[in-house]
Amino acid sequence: MHRREGLAKLTGRERYVDDLPLDDFLWGATVRSPASRGRVTAVRFGRGIDWSQFVVVDSQDLPGPNEILLIERDQPVLAAGYVRHVHEPVLLLAHRDRVALRRAVAAVTIEVAPEPAALDFRVPPRPEQIQYGADNVLKHLRIEKGDVERALATAPVVVEGVYETGAQEHVYLEPQGMIAHMDGDVLVVRGSMQCPYYVVKALTHALNRDEQHVRVVQTPTGGGFGGKEEYPSTIALHAALLALKSGRPVKLVYDRTEDMAATTKRHPARVRHRTGVTRDGKLVAQDIEVVMDGGAYVTLSPVVLSRGIIHAAGPYACEHVRIDGRAMFTNAVPFGAFRGFGAPQTHFAGERHMDVVAHRLGIDPAELRRRNLLRDGERTATGQVVNDGTDRVAVLERALALADYDKKRAANKAGGTTRRGIGIATFHHGAGFTGSGEVMLSSRVDVAGLPDGRIEVLSANIEMGQGTITVFTALAAARLGLTPDDVVVAEADTARVPNSGPTVASRTSMVVGRLVERACDDLRRRVNTGGRGKGEGLKRAIMDWHRAHPGGRLVGSATYERPPGIAWDDHTYTGDAYGAFAWAAYIAEVEVDLRTYTTRVTDFVAVQEIGKVLHETFARGQVQGGVAQGIGWALLEDCKWQDGAMANAQLTNYLIPTTEDLPPIRVAFLENPYPHGAQGAKGLGELPIDGPAPAVLNAVADALGVEPTTIPLTPERLMEIAERGARNAEQRRQ
Amino acid sequence: MITLAFTLNGAPATVEIDPADRLLDVLRERLGLTGTKEGCGEGECGACTVWLDGLPVNSCLVPAYQVRGARVHTVESLDPAALEPLLVHGATQCGACTPGVAMTACWIVGHPEILASHSLRELLAGNLCRCTGYDGIVAGVQAALDAGARA
Ligand code: FES
Ligand code: FES
Repeated sequence: MHRREGLAKLTGRERYVDDLPLDDFLWGATVRSPASRGRVTAVRFGRGIDWSQFVVVDSQDLPGPNEILLIERDQPVLAAGYVRHVHEPVLLLAHRDRVALRRAVAAVTIEVAPEPAALDFRVPPRPEQIQYGADNVLKHLRIEKGDVERALATAPVVVEGVYETGAQEHVYLEPQGMIAHMDGDVLVVRGSMQCPYYVVKALTHALNRDEQHVRVVQTPTGGGFGGKEEYPSTIALHAALLALKSGRPVKLVYDRTEDMAATTKRHPARVRHRTGVTRDGKLVAQDIEVVMDGGAYVTLSPVVLSRGIIHAAGPYACEHVRIDGRAMFTNAVPFGAFRGFGAPQTHFAGERHMDVVAHRLGIDPAELRRRNLLRDGERTATGQVVNDGTDRVAVLERALALADYDKKRAANKAGGTTRRGIGIATFHHGAGFTGSGEVMLSSRVDVAGLPDGRIEVLSANIEMGQGTITVFTALAAARLGLTPDDVVVAEADTARVPNSGPTVASRTSMVVGRLVERACDDLRRRVNTGGRGKGEGLKRAIMDWHRAHPGGRLVGSATYERPPGIAWDDHTYTGDAYGAFAWAAYIAEVEVDLRTYTTRVTDFVAVQEIGKVLHETFARGQVQGGVAQGIGWALLEDCKWQDGAMANAQLTNYLIPTTEDLPPIRVAFLENPYPHGAQGAKGLGELPIDGPAPAVLNAVADALGVEPTTIPLTPERLMEIAERGARNAEQRRQ
Repeated sequence: MITLAFTLNGAPATVEIDPADRLLDVLRERLGLTGTKEGCGEGECGACTVWLDGLPVNSCLVPAYQVRGARVHTVESLDPAALEPLLVHGATQCGACTPGVAMTACWIVGHPEILASHSLRELLAGNLCRCTGYDGIVAGVQAALDAGARA
């Protein structure tokens, strides 16, 4: 089955938020803080503008608490006299004319009496920089298994390393935007988003309305990657405040620069590894310290940190593990959800470090991994017994064979002014919410039988390119023996769809897809098909039901149930962190130009075991897109900071990969069905971003005989490392 | 305001514009042709690609008054059947880059001789896509070219 909305997208018929026809509306805009931290001493409205023509909203206009409801309530909807990061929203303006509005935004001056900002998460804050708790630590988490100190003290070899990853901008091609208007006494907000019910919660809280008076509708979403998980709540609130004050529809759409400068990015991180190994390469102790930059408000940092540390020890068996994680408050624009959610950072460090360990021991990196990959019956860092029947070594072997690893590894690295190298990453990604998260969400999906015999799938999970509409259509059709044209997937409109949870955490196909199947089963039970269980018989039964119950609603439902045998303890951070992990081995081949120090990825192999491939083209596309994003993060995507602000908030100088920066990405799947996922599927969306960066850097290490530790590995950075390496080698010879 | 007359998707068009309008604004805001997207507004992403006198351009960089008397084609002019290979090979995911990709793709298919001197990847380098990693796009265009060669 091809993408259901694909032709609409290809012909330009699909309407995104900025494309929706709208009458008699105002454009909205945001006036932001120029400073990283301080008291707002004055807001000045410049001369030469008739301010009576503008709708102006500030923090005084909030009907409810000035809080964006998320994990904590520390982030204001609009700064109330005090700012904690540059670009923090202070004031909102609306006007009929977009050009006049832009002039007006530029004519507002926000004066801030500056206070000492904390801008480097890696150094302990000075007393005057402390703004959260006693030490600016937003969240501290720890995983402990065995006795790390003892194991390290007796380990034959101990290898240390420190690894750093930079911020990454999502660059979904459709910038963020919302439209708010009143429909009678119901506030309606439409826009680009991943989590309609997060937006509902944020609106009801800060605007002091009940759920009956708030309706949120997702518009076709031009990419999200996590960037449209929490941030849309802010834009929705801003658009809503302007609409409430003006009584008119308000459209608030960011341009690229505002989107890049003011919205979230991937958390920068520093990870320290101290690893004890035997001389033949068996891991005996992993001591890992993870520090992430949370930015100026808590937002999602605690859960990003959580996923980060849970993945930090990699897919390896090791008896003694300690992982200590901290998310730090800084006066940076808050960092947020981004595909992988903390795991790419810790996997980068862990997988780069595995190669450093291999080099130290003189063991091939593939062999080191073979010796340590989890076998069934062994336990992860949180004590989760892995017993899914997947042969993780076989996943690696498949990748090695596809990449022709042995031959390429042995091949001559030199070739005039270029050097070639090959690098591996083996990794895992837990699908769905961590620990008890899915139970707490208690997601529900409905499947309605329509009077004409078709069925309608109702969920709050959205399409942002990953294929939700098509996959739900296919799952429901298969379950009920219908054709795809007999299945309608409802628009994610909170006035109609139940809360099936957010479209995040690689949970949509696996967890929500399973609910779609179970809701289909429930629908069949309800129509009481009397033997005509599926297909045409079912359609007739649905039509009969409606004839017998004119005007009635025929709905099957399913609510999440925890798979049996799963247990998680949030206090000790032990137990089954995820219902299922997807497993992968990625191999990158690179060519480094010694004149320019540019690194080109010349081949990429991505092998993964994901339970069951629900749609071959989509699954491959997810992997290829994730790998491309990972290669960009590894080599190109460099956020430049100036006093807490992104200095290169444009696609001219924040570079993402083009066709010419990428090789064809070769993808292979292994299947080992997961009994609690739709048709056996495990989550896939995030996995592919975890592996490319370490695989690429390991390939560079192989090519040049250096140990790069920081991404993005720009030519400048690589030149420095290579020349330092050459100097050191020179010194050793003397 | 000034009056602008040009040929849009094969038919004559006349529209009142602000001299500062970009072609992209005129198409989207004044003529309601929202198929053409704005991804960056500075000539980097190609989401706004249209054909100007038969050649692909970034409409966000074209001052609208410059198209006076010219021929402009937008994504709305494309034949859906010609886009089928892109659909089949997974060239679109979120769709935000897609109209621009479709315009470049159909232009390449209409000018296969260009492949003698340029690779497909080179020709597609002006269209950023954050979803697909480009393999689906390259495969889709290749399939469209193959279908064109057979026809
Ligand atoms: S919008 Fe024109 S190139 Fe990006
Ligand atoms: S399909 Fe999403 S940017 Fe290309």
